[in-house]
Amino acid sequence: MVDKIVAKDLNCWYGGVPSVKNLNLTVYENEILGIIGPSNSGKTTFLRMINRLNDLNYNFKKKGLVTLDGKDVYSLDTETLRKRCGMVFALPLPLPMSIYENVGYGPLRHGIKSKKYIDEIVEKSLKAASLWDEVKDRLEASAMKLSGGQQQRLCIARTLAVEPEVILYDEPCSGLDPISTAKVEETMLELKKKYTIILVTNNVKQASRVSDRTAFFLMGEMIEIGKTADLFLAPKDKRTEGYIMGKYG
Amino acid sequence: MNPKTAQKIAFSLLFIVTLLIIVPVLLIVFIIVKEGASAISWEFLFTAPKDGMRAGGIFPAIVGTLSIVLCAIAVTLPMGVMAAIYLNEYAKDNLLTRIIKLSIVNLAGVPSVVYGLFGLAVFVMFLKMGVSIIAGALTLSIMELPVIITTSRNALNSVPQSFREASLSLGVSKWQTIRHVVLPNALPGIMTGAILSIARISGETAPILFTAAAFYVPHLPRSVFDQVMALPYHLYIISTQIPNMPANITYGTALVLLVLVLAMSLAAISMRIYFRKKKKW
Repeated sequence: MVDKIVAKDLNCWYGGVPSVKNLNLTVYENEILGIIGPSNSGKTTFLRMINRLNDLNYNFKKKGLVTLDGKDVYSLDTETLRKRCGMVFALPLPLPMSIYENVGYGPLRHGIKSKKYIDEIVEKSLKAASLWDEVKDRLEASAMKLSGGQQQRLCIARTLAVEPEVILYDEPCSGLDPISTAKVEETMLELKKKYTIILVTNNVKQASRVSDRTAFFLMGEMIEIGKTADLFLAPKDKRTEGYIMGKYG
Repeated sequence: MNPKTAQKIAFSLLFIVTLLIIVPVLLIVFIIVKEGASAISWEFLFTAPKDGMRAGGIFPAIVGTLSIVLCAIAVTLPMGVMAAIYLNEYAKDNLLTRIIKLSIVNLAGVPSVVYGLFGLAVFVMFLKMGVSIIAGALTLSIMELPVIITTSRNALNSVPQSFREASLSLGVSKWQTIRHVVLPNALPGIMTGAILSIARISGETAPILFTAAAFYVPHLPRSVFDQVMALPYHLYIISTQIPNMPANITYGTALVLLVLVLAMSLAAISMRIYFRKKKKW
């Protein structure tokens, strides 16, 4: 197993409050790592540390480092880093443009001029996100007209279109109905073959369904990490057990 | 008092006060049209004044006002929008930014006649532009900067942060994000600021008094360094400085100014509608 992303002694703060404490964590290539935990446990902070979206917050401070293929993410320029580490947000965030423009947006901005090539990317990405069959006849329609589940798969397609290596899912199904959730999870399992996936989720069952390994975060600390089956069947820590049994969170 | 009656009285009072706002608008339009409509003719619109302003037309003043307003907007809109983008998207909250923001607030509070004197000192005398379209336009554009900056900042601010994050998360650069996601969605709001500014600039007299406006120029401006007649200043002259002025010419001039402002605003509004249609949320 190749180490794709490694966090070493990572500490993060927004203002004075620490949101991630002494995190040491390795994500292997081509695995789905589920991160579960109640809100305010530092899951999203860790994700946004990887693609440096935290930089948008002026109060953000960090100590320690996160590496991507052995290189500190702060040694890469943000454009390259974010191209390599795509992100799918909690709420579907289509840009206010057509379906086609949404998916083609990344490649176009990255300087691909050939319309034919972008057409190919759009089709390939929409197929990979299992949305192609539903939208192929109305690519020019506004992305805002799609249903929530379709919008979220559109966002996945948009992320795939810039050909990342890692996909960071930040509670991707929190606003979706069970059927849409199932579709998003299906695409995730399909994408695992080519990408490294980190799935932050509030939904414990979702982590148990799709992830290879699962980590449990609580109040900024990683309490436990292990193979998903082991963690769910025989958690080592009482707090993990309590959380997956639904006692708090 | 019974709460239902109290509610009815409160509602009626608020409604009547709101209704009163229509009255001055209707009266202004009614009086100006009634008194001035008889002056409007082909000759009035397209020839120069004659007989010491008492006859002929106001064509040089129309052209003068149009050229001053268009020049001023051409300067102030890009400058204001660029400053707004910097302040809203790039500026960190430090001392310099706070000084800039304080300056903008203070610029907005300066009386327009002070802008006129400033324009006279800086553009007309120091930069040797003379009394000219360009000096007047620059003076007006500085006066309008705070309005444009403030409305543009509000427009940029109303574009959801999540759009920026979605774009940035794809590895798209910050400038491309601003150029292709933030600006297109802020344009309708920015246009609203521009519309308000056009209307205000067109009617201003004090800032162009010493910087651009001439009492009488029979010909049309040949370059931006020429003095021009301007409608608001012309209106001031004919209503106060010239004895035995036919009233319908005075009101006719006011009517033309009103229609001109309306026409320019309508042009800007139709652009705003166009941009809004392109916006898909």
